[in-house]
Amino acid sequence: MAPHLTRDDVAAVAKLARLELTDDELDAYTDQLASILEHAQDIEALDIDDVEPTSHPFELVNVLRPDEIRPGVDRDEVLAQAPDADEGRFRVPAFLGEPE
Amino acid sequence: MTALDIAAAVRAGQRSAREVLDEHLARVEARDGDIHAFNLVTTEEAMAAAEEVDRKVAAGDDPGPLAGVPIALKDNMCTRGIPTTCSSKILDGWRPPYDATVVQRLAAAGAVVVGKTNLDEFAMGSSTENSAFGPTRNPLDLERVPGGSSGGSAAAVAAGFAPLAFGSDTGGSIRQPAALCGVVGVKPTYGRVSRYGLVAFASSLDQIGPFTTTVADAALALEVIGGHDPRDTTSIPQPAPSLLDVLDRGVEGLRVGIVGELAGEGIDADVLDRLGEAAVALEKAGAVVGEASVPAAVYGLSAYYLIAPAEASSNLARYDGIRYGLRVDGPTTGDVYDRTRTAGFGDEVKRRIMLGTYALSAGYYDAYYGKALKVRTLILRDFATAYEQFDLLLSPTSPCEAFRFGDKTADPLAMYLNDVCTIPSNLSGQPAMSVPFGTGDEGLPVGIQVLAPTLGEPTMFRAAAVLEAAAP
Repeated sequence: MAPHLTRDDVAAVAKLARLELTDDELDAYTDQLASILEHAQDIEALDIDDVEPTSHPFELVNVLRPDEIRPGVDRDEVLAQAPDADEGRFRVPAFLGEPE
Repeated sequence: MTALDIAAAVRAGQRSAREVLDEHLARVEARDGDIHAFNLVTTEEAMAAAEEVDRKVAAGDDPGPLAGVPIALKDNMCTRGIPTTCSSKILDGWRPPYDATVVQRLAAAGAVVVGKTNLDEFAMGSSTENSAFGPTRNPLDLERVPGGSSGGSAAAVAAGFAPLAFGSDTGGSIRQPAALCGVVGVKPTYGRVSRYGLVAFASSLDQIGPFTTTVADAALALEVIGGHDPRDTTSIPQPAPSLLDVLDRGVEGLRVGIVGELAGEGIDADVLDRLGEAAVALEKAGAVVGEASVPAAVYGLSAYYLIAPAEASSNLARYDGIRYGLRVDGPTTGDVYDRTRTAGFGDEVKRRIMLGTYALSAGYYDAYYGKALKVRTLILRDFATAYEQFDLLLSPTSPCEAFRFGDKTADPLAMYLNDVCTIPSNLSGQPAMSVPFGTGDEGLPVGIQVLAPTLGEPTMFRAAAVLEAAAP
C-alpha cells in the first residue's frame, strides 16, 4: 500500500507539474488529494498482480499512411497566435546561462 | 422544431435557413444573459453559413442532411479563426489554425454554428462551475447546475437555443448534463467519432457526441459526424452506423440487464423508481429484462480518477506560454512556464494535474496508475461476461437530479461521485446514452442510461426510442 500523502509530496509534485502554490493552496491540496487517494484504497487493496493492464479500450497497432507530401497548417496562421514570434519562429526568453 | 424537421423544411424550400437562424438567435438574445450557455455567439459567421445554405437550396444543389440546422459546439472543439478557450484563462483569445474533423463534417452537412458553449475548464468537472468565465445555469431552474462538463451544450439544447449541440464525454460529460437538463445525450463507442481537433483531456477516454431533444435527432447527428478519419489514429476504420432506419424496430426479444452495481447504494430513491419504470416500459415493448452484474464497476470511480488525471497531466503539459494562449513573462523560459501555468489554470485543473503527476511518479506508479489499468481490464472482462447474457444494459445516468450551485464544490470527491454510473463505459470504450425519463421528487428531469457493447449503437438506439415513446 502506498504511504500517506504529505505536504512535502504535494510541494514536490507541484514543482514537477510546474505550478507555484501558496502555503494555503498547499494545505488545501494536501487534504483534497489525500481524500481522493484514500478513496482509491479500494483498488490498492485488490489482489490483481496477475491481471494484464489495459491502457486503451482497443488493441491498437501502428497506423501507417503513404509518405506523401500534403498540406499542414499554415505557418503564418500558427505564429500569429503565438505570444511572441520573430523571423518565423517562436520567441522565448533566455534558457541557457544568466538572463540578460 | 427538431433538427430533422428543420432540415426537411429547409431542404424543401419551405423555410429559409436564415429565418430559422434568426429565430434561434432571438431566443439566445432573450435568455442567454441569465443562462450563460455560450462563451461566444458567432452571429456573423452563422448568418453567412445560413445564407450559403439558402443559396444552395435556391440553386437546386444538395444543402446536406443538416441543412440550416443551428448547432452549438462545446468550446473545446477547434474552430479555425474562431476563439476556442476550453473555458480556461490559459487559452483565452486563442484562434485555432484548423477545424476539428467534427466541425468540418457538420459544416459540410449544412449545419449552422451558432456559437461555442461553456464547460468546466478543460472538461474537468460535473457542474460547469469550474469554468473560468462563470457557471452555466440550468434552463429548467436557474438556481441549479446544468451538470457538466458539457453543461453549456446541454443547456443550449434545453433552452431551445439550438436543436443540436455537441459535447465531449470523458467520464460522463455528455450523459450527466443531458440527464440534468432533460435532453438526450450520447457517448458513442470510443473511436466512432474522430477526436482530431478536440482539445485532449484524457486521450484514451475522450469521445465526442450529440445533445438533442429527440432520439431521432441524435441518430441523425451521429450518422453525420461518425465514421473513419485518417487524421485520428484511434479512429475505427468503419463507416458511420446507420441509425435512423433502425429506430422503429422496437425491442421485441432483446435481453436487457439492469446493472445491480449501478442501481443501489448512492443512487437517490426517486431516480431508482424511474429506472424501475423504464425497465417495465421495455418489458411491455417485448424486451426480456433481468438483473445484470458488472462487479468491477464499483472500482470504476477510483480507476478513473487515477487514469484520467494521469493522462491529463501529460496532455496539459503543452500549455506553457510559448506557442499559443496566455504568456506571463519572466526572466527565463522556466519562469515563463511556471508563471503562465500558475496564472492560467484554475483550481480543479491544477488539482487533477497534481493528482496525475503524483499517480505517475516514481515509487507510486505501480500502486496507483498501474493498478488502475488492471482494474480497467477487470471492467472490460465483466462487461464482456454481462453481454454474453444481455444485449443491452440499463442504469441511471446520474445518481440525483440537478443540484444547487455550491452544493458540491467544497468536496471534490462528492463532485466526482456524480460520475459513478457513467465512468465504466468510458473505461471500457463502449457506447452509452442518456434518455430523459420523467422527473424526480423535486420536479427536475431524470435520465436513464442505456449501455451497449462495442459498436452496439444500432441496438442502443432502438431501446432509446422505446424509452422516449414510453417516458412519463
